[in-house]
Order: sequence, then structure tokens, then C-alpha cells
Amino acid sequence: MTTALVPPRHYLNDGYGITSWLLTRDHKRIALLYLAGVTFFFFIGGAFAVLIRLELATPVGDLVSDETYNKLFTMHGVMMVFFFLIPAIPSVLGNFLIPIMIGAKDLAFPKLNLASWYIYMVGAAFTTYAIVTGGLDTGWTFYTPFSTVASTSAVIPAALGIFITGFSSILTGLNFIITIHQMRAPGMTWFRLPLFIWSHYATSLIMVLGTPVLAITILLVAAERVFHFGFFDPAVGGDPVLFQHLFWFYSHPAVYIMILPAMGVISELVAAFCRKPVYGYPFVAFASIAIAVLGFLVWAHHMFVAGISVYAAMIFSILSFLVAIPSAVKVFNWTATMYKGSVSWQTPMLYAIGFIGLFTIGGLTGLFLAAVGLDIHVTDTYFIVAHFHYVMVGGTIMAYLGGLHYWWPKISGRLYNEYLAKIAAAIIFFGFNLTFFPQFILGYLGMPRRYHAYPPEFQVLNVLSSAGASILGIGYLLPMVYLTWSLRYGRLASDNPWGAVGLEWNTTSPPPTANFAEPPEVTWEAYDYGSPAVVEEHGV
Amino acid sequence: MSDMAHGAHPALAHHFDSLEEQKEAATLGMWVFLVTEVLFFGGLFATYAIYRSWYPDAFAASSHELDVTLGTINTAVLITSSLTMALAVHAAQLGQRTKIMVFLVLTMALGGVFLGIKSVEYYHKFTEHLIPGPGFQFEKEHIRHAQIFFSLYFLMTGLHALHMIIGFGIMLVMLWWVWRGTITAEYSSPIEISGLYWHFVDIVWIFLFPLLYLIGRHAH
Amino acid sequence: MWTGTPLFPEQASTMAGRVDALYFFLVAISVFFSVLIAGLIVYFAAKYRRRDPASVGATGHSGMALEVTWTVIPFLIAMVIFVWSSSVYMAISRPPDETINVYVVGKQWMWKFQHLDGQREINELHVPVGRPVKLIMTSEDVIHDVFVPAFRVKADVIPGRYTNLWFQPTKPGRYHLFCAEYCGTRHSGMTGEVIVMEPNDYQTWLSGGAPEGSLATTGAKLFTDLACNTCHRPDAQGRGPVLEGLFGKTVTLQNGETVTVDEAYVRESILTPAAKITRGFQPIMPTFQGIVSEEQLLALVEYVKSLQALPAPQQQGR
Repeated sequence: MTTALVPPRHYLNDGYGITSWLLTRDHKRIALLYLAGVTFFFFIGGAFAVLIRLELATPVGDLVSDETYNKLFTMHGVMMVFFFLIPAIPSVLGNFLIPIMIGAKDLAFPKLNLASWYIYMVGAAFTTYAIVTGGLDTGWTFYTPFSTVASTSAVIPAALGIFITGFSSILTGLNFIITIHQMRAPGMTWFRLPLFIWSHYATSLIMVLGTPVLAITILLVAAERVFHFGFFDPAVGGDPVLFQHLFWFYSHPAVYIMILPAMGVISELVAAFCRKPVYGYPFVAFASIAIAVLGFLVWAHHMFVAGISVYAAMIFSILSFLVAIPSAVKVFNWTATMYKGSVSWQTPMLYAIGFIGLFTIGGLTGLFLAAVGLDIHVTDTYFIVAHFHYVMVGGTIMAYLGGLHYWWPKISGRLYNEYLAKIAAAIIFFGFNLTFFPQFILGYLGMPRRYHAYPPEFQVLNVLSSAGASILGIGYLLPMVYLTWSLRYGRLASDNPWGAVGLEWNTTSPPPTANFAEPPEVTWEAYDYGSPAVVEEHGV
Repeated sequence: MSDMAHGAHPALAHHFDSLEEQKEAATLGMWVFLVTEVLFFGGLFATYAIYRSWYPDAFAASSHELDVTLGTINTAVLITSSLTMALAVHAAQLGQRTKIMVFLVLTMALGGVFLGIKSVEYYHKFTEHLIPGPGFQFEKEHIRHAQIFFSLYFLMTGLHALHMIIGFGIMLVMLWWVWRGTITAEYSSPIEISGLYWHFVDIVWIFLFPLLYLIGRHAH
Repeated sequence: MWTGTPLFPEQASTMAGRVDALYFFLVAISVFFSVLIAGLIVYFAAKYRRRDPASVGATGHSGMALEVTWTVIPFLIAMVIFVWSSSVYMAISRPPDETINVYVVGKQWMWKFQHLDGQREINELHVPVGRPVKLIMTSEDVIHDVFVPAFRVKADVIPGRYTNLWFQPTKPGRYHLFCAEYCGTRHSGMTGEVIVMEPNDYQTWLSGGAPEGSLATTGAKLFTDLACNTCHRPDAQGRGPVLEGLFGKTVTLQNGETVTVDEAYVRESILTPAAKITRGFQPIMPTFQGIVSEEQLLALVEYVKSLQALPAPQQQGR
């Protein structure tokens, strides 16, 4: 490795003071503003999860009242989905890395980028207001007519908060699309782009096309509560199931907003820590686009028991099977990348390996749900809860942590403690599986979701799950500690501590505000490990 | 490495290499934004389509209560405002400062007329007890489903009006930029992309008008 | 009922075995691919572990053949699962022609079961073993869901419309019935039991009877109390259509469309009569929205169903 060289001037010391951060146009600083936000809301959502699992350790509702419990799972879902999972990888890692990876000085619209962060924080403020003034109890899915007529909780501020935050997502996606189209460095053709860029491009397409539909849907819920319009009220001829169609039209593609950036991270990790190009690059790139497109065609698989016609159900079933194929293709390509690679066991790779295993399980259980005849039994049970936590937590969060560790030296200029990091990764992996695997069994047994109390025969599995949750919680706290510690006391990082290939490793750690000393010109293919020029340039 | 030292255009942002690149990015950005707006209104249009297909008679009866004369006038007013906006864009590309300002003001005036007529229509609906809610009155046969029509009417035209008001704000900012000399023949893209937004708002109304006002109105 | 830590629910309906078979097939596939992938990545990580800090991976060419193979094979497996699960789904969704019908009204936070003979149950449903049962369900307020894990069936219960669910129990016993669509404060308390009885025991229970008489007789009384009989007369002299023998038939509407007279149509005709006017009749029927409850609607529906055509009595599906 080259000796650590801290550049005299870089983006972190290029201006001090609170206004230099709150009024910044630098995509890297905005990424850190988002990091602060998403981390804060992750721990709030996590606190709700701890309370949920504590309550569920016993079959009776003895820790909190049923009203409180309903608010806990609702707000856990709202915080985690809208304020953590959707923004985390794109707005933290994407914001930081996309311009650098394509050789640009910033995103296409830096002021819009800052505005996106403020919109996110305002939306979060509304939602936090909803939480502290009594909470929300509709479920994160806001089903009507419960949310429009029956709920007496803070539906309107929460709905408005989510509505506002949606614009943060839309504007971020818009920014990314224009940036990737317009601002690639000379020589950076589409097929030389890192797969992280392809994934974020596909994600941005979904953000831009899907989120507006959520916006109008949640606005309709708020409007119905205030003005009693009646779109979802059978008493005036409205249809409560129409809400579900409108809601899931966004919220299914939303899950691909949550997983595609994670897959982009994994492509980078696998390439870097095997020092090999990702196997089947064009197939992985097109798989991202295929997931984005097909993802818009499957929404009613959330509604198989909601009263849709048999024929509609079969169409959505077959499409749901199709959308699984590109994800499977990616998993096979990542696995093939490891074949004859030079496989490092450093922490980011441990997270990547964990992701591949857990996402495979989570994705396969998606097939159970696409199978309509089987979905009838398992939908609305803990099987669903287990499925989506496997892909969201075992998938997205593992990828987020892996990416955070991989790019931490670039972002902060420091190295974290590798030993502690490995231990944390192991604790997280073990805690995660103990928490969520028993829930598959619980679901098939018939334990419904969103239950405050349950029949006693379900207790043992629930206790296992709650035990796992406590271990998982500890696992998540550890990186908070050692990453923060490294900011002050960590060893200084060189430009390229991993010996990886990518434009971000061609600049200093941390990078200068303009990202590069000289604007780069790209003459090599993506992940060009092994070519003599690259070997020489990167000192590998 | 200062941009100014190289004689770059004062409006060129530091992260773009040329005004051309910046303009392309801005234009593409506005188009993508308009696509999101299509999806936003699209949810309401989808809701409209479903309920109209279920309750065609109630929708037709409700549509008859809307003032087709005022609606037609408004349509003409808005289309004309798109013309004045296009003329403003043309003037901007030629760097004709006064003309841009005249056409922008005309566009805003026409938009104001539209909103004024809309307010009159809304007031009529209030006096005719056609605001959805406890005071809603309609012929007994269709009263339930007419509420849905009028809910959609107020929501869709209300959101449209909100977008027009935002357009006003954009044009005020553009007026200021033109007045202080930021807009030149070389740097006219802000006017152009504002024009794109205004035309979009116009097109939404072109769809709203027949769908809301002209249901079942055949020539007798 | 407490049997340690059961890992698997009882099979107590004709469909349960089919659903479980599909489930096991999927479990097998999942185990296979999970073990395959996990095994490979752990194996590769170990076998190709970086020893020299400067080494790079071997660069080969990606193969089209491999990509096609691992796209096509999962696709084919997915299609097999699709066809199999669709077959199971069709069987779950299509009740047999002859079923014991029970009406269900869900409301926050309880279940009301109405047998045709007039028995009413709260949160408990008695059914005989070995015969198909169809639940015709609606909600009084928000969306609920009837879920019986032992039968592997589930269906949402929606306000403003009827939804169906059917099962044929195969084992006597008591089985959990859960509400499986979040519905507010006491969602997890909205549970009940399906009590499957031997045929003799069921007959005994049935003959315990109900003071009000069957659902249809309740409906008949309502029909008179609400003066429906002044317009709907069996002699076709009334201002409204003849209802005898009408259920199950197809009628033509004023606008030329045809519609089948089912439970939903009868319910709609009582609540929003102007929505569908039968050809040849005037739109003069008043609405009974707000005047009849969901349970009264069920009784009226059953009554209309029971009206046999005159003079030749016809077989009604019961």
C-alpha cells in the first residue's frame, strides 16, 4: 500500500462552521448530512422494534396497551421504510460516490440536492410531530377505510410528512438521472460505468415514476379525512380496495428502490475484494433495468386475498415469478465472480458474502408468495414479515454497512478497527438469523402479523426471535461506536487502501471539494483488474 | 483554476464544462420533472376513469352542473397564455429584454383571469350546495356518486390551480432575472424551461376540461 | 392443543394437503439453491483466499452459455411452480356447487356468524366434518380478514361488498380463526374458533335451533315490515320485478347490459336501486341505505334466494 498522504485541503476542511455545512452545495457534504439523518431515524425505528420484540416475548399483551402496540409497529414501519431504507444507500453512498465514479465535479443540480435534504428533514419533522402528539396506528400501509374513517391517531401530519419526504426521493432520482446521462467524464461510456451507477440509474427511474403516485395516494387519504370526499368510502360508492391498488402501485416498486442500490454496492464489493471484474457485467447491468421495469407490473401480488378476480391474480402471479429471474441472475453472477478471484476476508467482503446468502433466502421465499395458492395461507402472517426482513435487513442493511465500511476511508480519510468490525459483522449475522428465521415457521403455523397478543403455542418461537433481536441490536450499536471513534483516532488512510479499481480510488482520501485534482479521462474498462496499465497505476 | 479567469459566462456553474452542457442538463431535468407530474396527476386521472366507468349516469348528471361557458372561456384564456409564453421564450432567444417582460406579464395576466374565473365557478358551486360534505345536495338518484364526481372536480382543478400559482411564482422570478439582465440571448434557458412548465400546466387543463365539463354533452 | 413446539400446522381440510405439498416443494427448492449458493461462496472464499496482498483475480471471459443456462433454468422452475400453484389457487377459489352457506359479518372487533337455519354465533362457527362450507362475508366498518390456518384459507372481509371463502373440513376438532387484516385496537383480540363436529353432533347442535327461525324467515318478515311486498308481488301486478325464481337468473337492464342476480346484486338493489334498473321498469324504488343493517341485508338476500318460481318449483342451490 502507498503511505498515507493526507491532502492539505479536502472537502471536510474546505470551510468550517455550521453554515458551511447547512448551506453547502458539495454532494459529499450533503451525503454526510443525510448520513446523520438516516442514522438518527434508524435508531428511532430500531427503538420501536426493540419494544415490539420485548412485548412479543410473552403471549399476552402485558408490556404496552394494544393501542400503543399498534402505534409501535406502525411507526417502526414508517420510520424504517420512508426515512431509512429508501434514502440510506442512494442519498448517502449514491450522493457521495456517483459524481466521483463517473469523473464529474458534482451532481447536475447541487442546489436541488441540498433542497432534497431539507425536504427530507421537513418531512421527517412532520412525521416526528405525529409521533410525539400521540402517534400513528394505521400500519405503514394506511389501508382504508381504517385510515380515513376509523383511526383516531395522527394520520394527517404523518401522511403530510410522508408526502413531503416523497419529493426528496423524486428530486434525488431526477438529479441522478441527469447526472448519469450528462456528466460522465470523457471516455466513460455506459458500459465502462461501475455497476453501482447502473443500479442507481435503475433506482432513479423507479423513484421518478413511482413516488408521485404515492404522493397523490397519501394526499387522497389526508383529503378524505379532512373533507370527507368519499373515494374510499363504500357508503358513497367509493371503493376501499382502490386505495390498495394506488398504494401498492408505488409501494411495490419502492422495495426495488430499497434493494437495487444495495445490489449496486454488492457488485462493487465483490469486484474489489476478489480483484476481478464482475462476471457477466452486461447481464448484471440489464438485470437492474429489468427489475425496475418488471417491478411496476406486479403490485397486486400484495392483494391476492383482497378480493381481486381470479384472472387478475394469475396474471400478477406469473409476472411476480418473472421479476425474480433478474435477481437470481445477479446472485449467480456474483458467485461466479468469486471463482478464481483473489478473495479478501476484510469486513466489507464479509458483509457482501452475508448479503448474497441472506438475499438468496429472502428472494427464494418471495417465490412462495408469488405462488398464489400458497400465498393465500401465508399472506398477512409472520411469513411475510420474515420474507421482507430477510431482503430488507439481511439484504439492504448488510449492503449498506458493507458499503459504509468499504468507502469509510474515502469518506473520512480514516481506517476503522478491522478486528472490531469483523466481530460486529458476525454478531449482526447471527443475531439477524436468530431473529427472523423462526418467523418463517411462525408464519406457516398461522401467526398473523400485527398481533399484540397471540396463542401460547407460538411462544417459544417468539422468544427465540426476541433473543435474536437483542443480539442484533448490540451488533448495530458496535459500528456506531468504532466508526465514530475512528474519525478521531483511526489510522490515516491512503488514496487506495484496498487496492481496488475505480475512479474514486484515483483521488485522495478524503477527496478535494472538486473531487479530482485533474478531471479524469477514462481509457480502461470497468473493473479492469489485471491489465498492466491498471496494475501500474493503482500500485496493486 | 477560476472559471472567471478563463472568461467563462457568469451564469456557468462551476461543475459544468460549458453553457451548452448546462442548458442540456436543465432542459432534460425539466422534462424528467414533468414526467413525474404526469404520474402525479395520473393517479387522479386513474381514479376518475374507474369511477366514471362505474357510475356513468351520475358523472354525466354532475358534469351538466358545471358551467361550460366559463370552462370554455378559461380554456381559451389558458391556451392564449401558452402562446404569450412561447412568444416570451422566442423573445428571450433573441435577447429582446422588453419584449420578454411584456409577454411574461401578459402570460401572468391571462393566468390571473383563469384563476379569477375559477374562483367564480367555485363560489357558484358553494351557493349551489355542490361542495362535497354534509351540505351536499343533489338529485336523490345520483347523490352518492355525484359526491365522488365533485370531490374529483375540486381536487383535480384545485391541484391544477396550485400548479398555476407555482407557475406565477416562477414567472415572477423570471421577470426579476430579465429585469436585472441575467437573461441574454446566450443564456435564455431559464425562460425556456419555465415555458415547458407552463405548457405542461396548460396541457393538464386541456385534459381536465373535456373530462370534467363535457361528459355526455352531445350536440342536440 | 398445547403440543410443545409444533413446527407445522394441522391439516384439517381437503385443501391443506395440496397447499402443504406445494410448500414442501418450494422448501426443497429453496434449501437446494440456498445451500448451493451459500456453499459455493463460502467454498470460493476459502479456496481462493488472498494470500499475497498484491494478487489479483484471474480474468476470464464471461460465457453466454452460462448466462443463458442460469436464466432459463430458474425460469422453467418458476413456471412449474406457477402452474402448480395456479391449480391449487383455482381449487381454493372455486367453491363446489353444493355448499353449506354461512353468512359472516365482521366488525370491530368480533365475528358474527349467521346460519341459514337461524342460529347466530359470535366468534364461534360450528360446521360438520366432510361437507363443503361456503362463507359469504361482509364488514360493517373497516377491512377485516377471515383466516383459518388449519384449513389454509384466507379472505379479506370488506365493507360494502360480499367476499367468499370455502373449505371442507376433514377432521373434527377446534381450530383457530384469526382476523388477518389489521383493523385497529383489538385486531389481535378478534379471534375465534371453527368447531368441526361429527355429522350426528352437528345435527344435534343444529336442532338446538334459533328462536327467530331461519335466516330466510327473518328476511320474509323484514320484506313485509319494510313494505317490499307492495311493489314486488308474485303476480307481476306490482311496480317492481317479480322476485320468485329470480335468484341465479340473468336479467337485462335498461341500458341493455345483462347482469346475474347474485347476493351482491340483491344487496346493491336494496341500497342503491337506481344503479341498475331492470328493463321495462321505472326507477322509483326508494333506497334503504341507512335503514337496514348488514345482518338484515343478509336475511333479505336469503329470503330472495328462497323464493321459488311459480308455478313449477325449481331447484335452488343451497
